[in-house]
Amino acid sequence: MNMILTLRRRRRVNRSFLGSFALFLFLAVFGAFMVLPLIYAINAAFKPLDEIFLFPPRLFVRNPTLDNFIDLVELLGNSWVPFTRYIFNTVFITGMGVLGHVLFASAAAYPLAKHKFPGRNVLFQIVVLSLMFSPAVTSIPNYMIMSWLGFVDTYWAVILPAFAYSLGLYLMKQFMEQIPDALLEAAKIDGASEYHIFWSIVMPNVKPAWLTLIILVFQILWGTDGNGFIYSEQLKTLHFASNQIIQGGIARAGVGAAVALILMSVPITIFIFSQSRIIETMATSGMKD
Amino acid sequence: MSNITVEQTAPAGTGRQPRLRTWWAVRKREMKLHKHSYLLMAPYMLLFFTFTVLPVLMSLLISFTYFNMLEFPRFIGWQNYARLFLEDEVFLIAVKNTLLFAAITGPVSYMACFIFAWIINELGPKLRAFMTLVFYAPSISGNVYFIWQMIFSGDRYGIANGFLIKMGIILEPILWLKTEKYILAIIILVQLWLSLGTGFLAFIAGLQTVDKTLYEAGAVDGVKNRWQELWYITLPSMRPQLMFGAVIQLTTSLAVADVSINLAGFPSVNYAAETIVTHLIDFGTIRFEMGFASAIATVLFILMVGTNLIVQRLLRKVGQ
Repeated sequence: MNMILTLRRRRRVNRSFLGSFALFLFLAVFGAFMVLPLIYAINAAFKPLDEIFLFPPRLFVRNPTLDNFIDLVELLGNSWVPFTRYIFNTVFITGMGVLGHVLFASAAAYPLAKHKFPGRNVLFQIVVLSLMFSPAVTSIPNYMIMSWLGFVDTYWAVILPAFAYSLGLYLMKQFMEQIPDALLEAAKIDGASEYHIFWSIVMPNVKPAWLTLIILVFQILWGTDGNGFIYSEQLKTLHFASNQIIQGGIARAGVGAAVALILMSVPITIFIFSQSRIIETMATSGMKD
Repeated sequence: MSNITVEQTAPAGTGRQPRLRTWWAVRKREMKLHKHSYLLMAPYMLLFFTFTVLPVLMSLLISFTYFNMLEFPRFIGWQNYARLFLEDEVFLIAVKNTLLFAAITGPVSYMACFIFAWIINELGPKLRAFMTLVFYAPSISGNVYFIWQMIFSGDRYGIANGFLIKMGIILEPILWLKTEKYILAIIILVQLWLSLGTGFLAFIAGLQTVDKTLYEAGAVDGVKNRWQELWYITLPSMRPQLMFGAVIQLTTSLAVADVSINLAGFPSVNYAAETIVTHLIDFGTIRFEMGFASAIATVLFILMVGTNLIVQRLLRKVGQ
């Protein structure tokens, strides 16, 4: 503790008060720009309809009400497909996708980080290259491949590609590189198989990276609308249902805000609880030529 | 991993053919030794090749054909590309918009990620965690850009209109999202709001790992203020994260589509918000001209990978 304090005091050497003040003011202004729309969204969810359409508009709610949430439940109670089904769909897709991605990406990251096998560099370069273009590039052939495999209009059309997101593999591989080789060598001398080493030595050591992969895939899948693969109403996601509500227009503005609040609160909560682990993982994210 | 060192060079005096054969034999033996590595990677790589590598190659092939999903694709050479660049005026608008988006949101979001991370790094641990959340939250909160629809809604109840009318700056509400001259600016604004994502976190993390003793050494060597510290010590130590962040920010900024579709509509007024990706969606999922759409995808692929590789090359020179 003492050492940290002295370090911090020493780091203040090159800090002018005026400069700090200007920078923090700058940060505060842009912080407000970032956070105000979110605060507005949270408030809108608790506004009665007459406050949503108030002139001049105001940011904060005056008479908070749960009407929007009640309306939401009612609205969804009358929908053709029960609302719990949309929730199940999203939870299933997200859960499976996250689980499979963490497992598969870690299994692939371990040899890439720690073994020297032929083709290692080529494979990793391809993965890095794939970070350089967005999924839009592959959308058309992907549809054809999905239809050949018979996955169109099933959960798997969304889940399987999520297993193989390249960002997760990249981050996991970079993080695994810092596991000391000696640890793995020792296990090997003890006669452990590669699978055993992976499962009971490597995996417990990369817990921070799991959390990072979880939140990355979670935020993508939690917000998925099926990517055009899912047609059946009973397989559609929460995000899809919420978009339909929001597109209902003026009468649905309050309910739309309520749905959006529910949707955004989940990933933000996860991030709040895993922030320090994620930062730890990101420290190794750098590209070393 | 293995402790066995493999003889890499064939004995001198042998011809090319035997040397090649030995090289292969060595490779084969190495591959056999590492069969566990390949097995561990197999599930991921199988999926990765099926859903990422194969589609890129397929897209390239299909772009040289006429293909409507019903008939067998017919080879037509460069016709799709000729049509794309010579006849399709909307595509040229899309390219112009995409490059404009990328030229603004790419560098601005990249610098914003770094500058905010840099200032946040000076704060105490609790405040730092809070500010990180504030800046990162928009990028993970899903489809909250509907908030921006309410802010820029075309009636008096929209925040922007209500505020401006109350201040007396305008008298009539403005149809922000239906007026060509405002659409691009609004999309850029929202895209920037959403852009402090993975790259931002990488910078926050990178800044925390810069060796603290370097700053002390710098102070002794005559680094006088925080700006010199930033330029001479912080930036060069962070080059790996800077390169990673560049890839993430650049790729996102070239792939603008969701914000455009949700805010400006699809298609937007006079294609004012058309981007390469929305153009691709138009031909791929509405008109079912798969050959033509694949040509668009291939152009997008080359554009994205090309700019990324150039930027990587430039960043590698930072501080060298």
